[in-house]
Amino acid sequence: MQLKKSITDMENHNNFKVSRRNFLQKSGQLIVGFNLLNFLKLDNIKKNSSVKPDKKNIIDSWIMLDSEGLLTVLTGKMELGQGIKTALMQIAAEELDMGMDKVKIVIADTSRTQDERYTAGSASIEGSGKAIRNAAAEARKYLLTLAEKKFETTAENLFVENGKVISKINQQTVSYQELIHGKRFEIEVTGKAPVKSPKDYRLIGKPVPRKDLAFMAAAQSYYVQDLRFPDMVHARVLRPPTYSAKLLSFPKSEVLALPGVLKVVVNGSFVAAITTEEYQSIKALNRMKQLAKWESPLISPLQRDLYQDILSNTSSSETVEETGNVEQGVAADSKIHEAVYKRPYQIHGSIGPSCAIGLWEKNQLIVWSHSQGVYPLRKTLSDLLKIPEENIRTIGVPGAGCYGHNGADDVAADAALLAMQMEGKHVRVQWMREDEHTWEPFGSAMVFKLKGSLDGTGRINSWYTELWSDTHSSRPGGKAGHFIAARDLEKPFDFQTGGFSGGSHRNSVPLYNVKNRKVVLHNFKGPLRTSALRSLGAYANIFALESFVDELAEKAGKDPVQFRLEHLTDERAKEVITTLVNKAGWRKNKKKNFGEGMAFAQYKNAASYFAVKAEVIIDPVKKTFKVTKLTGSIDAGQTINSDGIINQTSGGMIQAASWTLLEQVLYNEKGVQSKTWENYPILRFEEVPDTEVILIDRPEKPPLGAGEAAQGPTAAAIANAIFHATGSRIREIPLTPDKINWDKV
Amino acid sequence: MAAKITLKVNGKSYQEDVDPDMPLLYFLRNNLQLNGPKYGCGIERCGSCMVLLNGKANPSCIIPASAAQELEITTLEGLAKGEKLDIVQEAFIEEQAAQCGYCMNGMIISAKALLSENKNPTDLQIRQALQRVLCRCGTHTRIINAVKNAAQKINN
Repeated sequence: MQLKKSITDMENHNNFKVSRRNFLQKSGQLIVGFNLLNFLKLDNIKKNSSVKPDKKNIIDSWIMLDSEGLLTVLTGKMELGQGIKTALMQIAAEELDMGMDKVKIVIADTSRTQDERYTAGSASIEGSGKAIRNAAAEARKYLLTLAEKKFETTAENLFVENGKVISKINQQTVSYQELIHGKRFEIEVTGKAPVKSPKDYRLIGKPVPRKDLAFMAAAQSYYVQDLRFPDMVHARVLRPPTYSAKLLSFPKSEVLALPGVLKVVVNGSFVAAITTEEYQSIKALNRMKQLAKWESPLISPLQRDLYQDILSNTSSSETVEETGNVEQGVAADSKIHEAVYKRPYQIHGSIGPSCAIGLWEKNQLIVWSHSQGVYPLRKTLSDLLKIPEENIRTIGVPGAGCYGHNGADDVAADAALLAMQMEGKHVRVQWMREDEHTWEPFGSAMVFKLKGSLDGTGRINSWYTELWSDTHSSRPGGKAGHFIAARDLEKPFDFQTGGFSGGSHRNSVPLYNVKNRKVVLHNFKGPLRTSALRSLGAYANIFALESFVDELAEKAGKDPVQFRLEHLTDERAKEVITTLVNKAGWRKNKKKNFGEGMAFAQYKNAASYFAVKAEVIIDPVKKTFKVTKLTGSIDAGQTINSDGIINQTSGGMIQAASWTLLEQVLYNEKGVQSKTWENYPILRFEEVPDTEVILIDRPEKPPLGAGEAAQGPTAAAIANAIFHATGSRIREIPLTPDKINWDKV
Repeated sequence: MAAKITLKVNGKSYQEDVDPDMPLLYFLRNNLQLNGPKYGCGIERCGSCMVLLNGKANPSCIIPASAAQELEITTLEGLAKGEKLDIVQEAFIEEQAAQCGYCMNGMIISAKALLSENKNPTDLQIRQALQRVLCRCGTHTRIINAVKNAAQKINN
């Protein structure tokens, strides 16, 4: 495989010239081509933060055709490793009948792309994808009218192939660039331009490979961590020992005297060292840890009391759903079942700790960040620094996978605060592993009490869920108190949570047809910092719900697959389950020391349908078990990139297996104790199950978000498989072997 | 404090004045501006910073640069021959064996070390060889396939 240089991109960006020359001289590498510049191409715009993207409703805000015939797609969404760049380029190339080799993409940048809020909730294809599809369709319509004039004919006598309009009458040909000459469209996207019919698709639904993987494999500059500027300095922040700790004393001069230290910033309890070289900042950090004296409030409740405390310290409650009369339903039935499920705090666990670069120059702030929302980040930085938003530019550059709200925004705030102290210098802040593990906002601990009853025929007649959760969204959306650094400043910003409970009860309402049902959410404020972790509350809600359905099936004496099918009316829901069991098989022969479990959900009860089968083998002598295989079937509506959906789904199953089997944040009165991969282990290769994904494509249906569909069902399928193999029902995550009653086996 | 350190990286010799305690990782990333080895945990528990030391896969986040002076150091950048990527790199691209890709360095370096010793690894041997490297996206299935794909190519 040959990788061509992209020197032109390179040379248009002064800031990278030196780096690249250095790079060539020092490493002697011939493979160059800074992929980053695909995202950071600043050639035709000023670095100025006051440059604004066009209005949302014109073609040029989403796609641009240059004089060479290259198409640039603009999206406000962020590449998180989910492959969104490729999928969005496919959509544009499809509508315009162009080859993928002629398409580029610019992602999240407040000076170039639209405000599309956060890249979250598996909503990028449904949102940005739709906008790009409509813009491309509008552009195609316009280009065809230009060709009509040129050829003095009408549209039905024209067709498009590979970026060229061809006359059916005389085979005359004109390329897009000859029609528009690199000029702007300046045309409104009406949403009424005809979009391509699925039967004519060449690219949509196909496993178009991601080009960025070649850059990763060839070790090219790709991540925010790889950005290097000639004058760049390095910083580390000394985080307090725990939440709300206050700095009592700190001998600043001693740190200033360390090699390479340019500045020591102490603002209230926010402490950082800025140095010439990166390793100097790490050494300074280690010394600062020894020198700083803190007053640390003790954390409570302690871990052993957490679930009990959650139940007794509800701050508010809301009814999520009420249909029929649950109490009457339960009273009428003979078979009643109740169960309590628990989920601990869990981390995002990005493999690359968060990183950002800030530059404060001429009254302008630029921040390079792997945040999921460059616009909300900018707004929040504006609040933090009291600088108008117009004077701030936030540029999205990929980091390691984040899986939700991790340290990305916080480190961006760190970089901005420190850049303000080092005018004219690029300040790079890299969080240490411990920072990411202990300071990122976790997925909330949750508790679920479920009660259900069966009627005389073994159907579920009533269903009552009570769930307890802390917030699943504390993203910085404009209020600086959402940055941890902001709470430590001499003039601290308050953190106000609340107002958003949708994430907590996501997927709490069963899709099953049950006459009487009620779901109540109780909000609590727990001891640890929480926010959005992939699928939010859906993971644990589905774990509880789909475990409980399995228990009810057992109670009804029915096969769990059949039982689910009998309670579903949505044909697509049924089909995703039947496809799974038809292809992967279902409990055909009872094997010794082996179990199969399944689970199903439609993400948010509105997005992708997903069913999964887990296989476990147990070792009754060693009292251990292993998940050997996960097979998932997914219906995400119209498939944009089949390989992308399979990759996301397979990855979702493995990640969820890791959460479910191993993971919980450990903490004590002094703070979070899960500081490394040693005391917060995640699945490694020898324990990772094999995976298989069955994709149901529905080209005629709208595309649905697919990235979070697998999380919840996978957890329940594993619990259900353990029950099948051992007769033990584990209702508390992580599902560890010590929770199995091995005497029953 | 600083000392002259000479390292042989990807077949070339480099001399830099650096803190002798400085882990090799920072020498590679900052002094040589290489992107392959990445910071992940700093205590050899995640494999993001893997390099080949005399052909064996090793983390570079603890070993001081000064202690690596006698070793042949190969980074991900050093696997390609000119513009031609190594078979293992090609296999990872072919199998699309990444999501965020941050772990890919550790995966390819570990696979390269494995395949140089064992051209026909079993599934279990592949898993064991990659055990040190963490992937959070859950791309393991494809990564295993990529190593198998590379083994097949090496044998043909």
